Amino acid sequence: MVIASAFSPALPLPPALPGLGGASSLAVVSPGLDLESSFSSLLEGLGLTPAAAHLVWLPLPMVLVLVSAVVGVLVTVWLERKISAAVQQRIGPEYAGALGVLQPLADGLKLLFKEDIIPARADGLLFTLGPILVVVPVILSWLVVPFGQNLLISNVGVGIFLWIALSSLQPIGLLMSGYASNNKYSLLGGLRAAAQSISYEIPLALSVLAVVMMSNSLSTVDIVNQQTGAGILSWNIWRQPVGFVIFWICALAECERLPFDLPEAEEELVAGYQTEYAGMKFALFYLGSYINLVLSALLVSVLYLGGWGFPVPVEWLAGALGQSVDAPVVQVITGSLGIVMTVLKAYLLVFFAILLRWTVPRVRIDQLLNLGWKFLLPIALVNLLVTAALKLAFPAVFGG
Amino acid sequence: MSIADSTQFLCFLALSAAVLLGALGVVLLPNIVYSAFLLGGVFLAVAGLYLLLNASFVAAAQMMIYVGAVNVLILFAIMLVNKKETLEAIPGLGVRRILSGAVCAGLLGLLLRVDFTTPWALPGPVSIGEGATIRIGEHLFSDYLLPFELASVLLLMAMIGAIVLARRDVFSSDVITGEGVDQGLIEKARTPLLLEKNLQIQPVLEKTP
Repeated sequence: MVIASAFSPALPLPPALPGLGGASSLAVVSPGLDLESSFSSLLEGLGLTPAAAHLVWLPLPMVLVLVSAVVGVLVTVWLERKISAAVQQRIGPEYAGALGVLQPLADGLKLLFKEDIIPARADGLLFTLGPILVVVPVILSWLVVPFGQNLLISNVGVGIFLWIALSSLQPIGLLMSGYASNNKYSLLGGLRAAAQSISYEIPLALSVLAVVMMSNSLSTVDIVNQQTGAGILSWNIWRQPVGFVIFWICALAECERLPFDLPEAEEELVAGYQTEYAGMKFALFYLGSYINLVLSALLVSVLYLGGWGFPVPVEWLAGALGQSVDAPVVQVITGSLGIVMTVLKAYLLVFFAILLRWTVPRVRIDQLLNLGWKFLLPIALVNLLVTAALKLAFPAVFGG
Repeated sequence: MSIADSTQFLCFLALSAAVLLGALGVVLLPNIVYSAFLLGGVFLAVAGLYLLLNASFVAAAQMMIYVGAVNVLILFAIMLVNKKETLEAIPGLGVRRILSGAVCAGLLGLLLRVDFTTPWALPGPVSIGEGATIRIGEHLFSDYLLPFELASVLLLMAMIGAIVLARRDVFSSDVITGEGVDQGLIEKARTPLLLEKNLQIQPVLEKTP
């Protein structure tokens, strides 16, 4: 109970963390859409005080991001079913809605109506708390995902670091549910999950550190802004190809996706820490893993693929069409284009992850740990060192 | 009192209550696993207090190091050795409890005295908020360089110690029990210990006196 209540104050933060639109003072490129100020001025026109307008505004981006995260999961589940079917030359779901798009909803409803079982010898309190502790940090991490210059819940100064810190909370929930199930497979799965996510966090953080070093900021908005200017050529993937690969491998391992899904390896552990779970509690694990996958893909696109940037700079396009970037219509178009680009890049990566899941066999636990500690960690360290050297040698290209 | 102030005050109350109750639970609960999980909750609540002080970098670092690393390792250690065994009654347990309670109460008294006698400057210095990350980095690489390096030497020592304990084939005998150990059992496919209890394991090297 203490753990759950400790999370809640993280959302209503003191004035140092403003809502949507806090980045306006930092914006160097174009101010972009600032929905909060227009929303507030609209409400103030109706006679509300600025404080009341801010209060009305505050929950909107949070609810919007929560809804989009859940819809993102539904889309990913549908993609997973369809792509796995295509890989195995099946048709996949096709009766629930056109092309089976309602299948994930049917899955969710089924889980919702299932009986909520707590095994007789299990520890009821920890058993219930475990899945919550797995989902909450993942959802909180959406706080820092930017969809545009001002289109994020909060432009926290420690942005990407907050995500790393939050993702390090997940093993606690996994250990808790593994222990509370009172089942040897669950305990083994929980221990494996914790070991895996601890070992892959280090190369992950090191590859993020290289990107942070180039952009001189931990804020996700600043990281994307540093990648604008020359469109696709200025994206970090050209400057950090090794970091990109390390990050993606580690992100897959953190999400427990198939080449690394040892914590729930069916042949060895039944379903790992999820073995005893049913109904909505299992659904929370399911939801958490897919939200985490979409979140990781979004962060890869933010860190390495230019975030909301279009492959050709929108300023050039607007200039070629003889329009000012600050014109309202152009702002709306570039804002929507930014959201589409972020989601498109993320879902390309999700597609790649699903394809990997259905083509690549699972590694063994010793191979997994060897890959993490003896290969990825040294490579990530060398990558960091080389980035630092390149930053000193070519400050113009590597963000001096 | 504005909305922001009252929210901050309520958060402070909730977090302080979480810290106090959680800490009491860590000490008083008989189940060690509950204690360990509550310890994680206390660390999280402390991170929340840092957030209230506008120190978001410190809060994130607290979350990553204390909850994500220290607490997970504590849990690991508990779960790897979590055997159900009945502990023998310790003689004079009541006296021991009273003595340790007295020591804790004395510490609390000292801290309270410090709290009341220190002339606190109110309101305290203005927090620098987002600039804190840069400031911390500057301090770590200038006037706090020596403590920083010493801390890393400490971590290195702990790591070497862990390697020595884990790779006991370096020694001929177990460091703690003094029995001969055979690392080959773990690394190579050999008859497991559980099947042949009476098998005498020869020390690899001569026993050191």
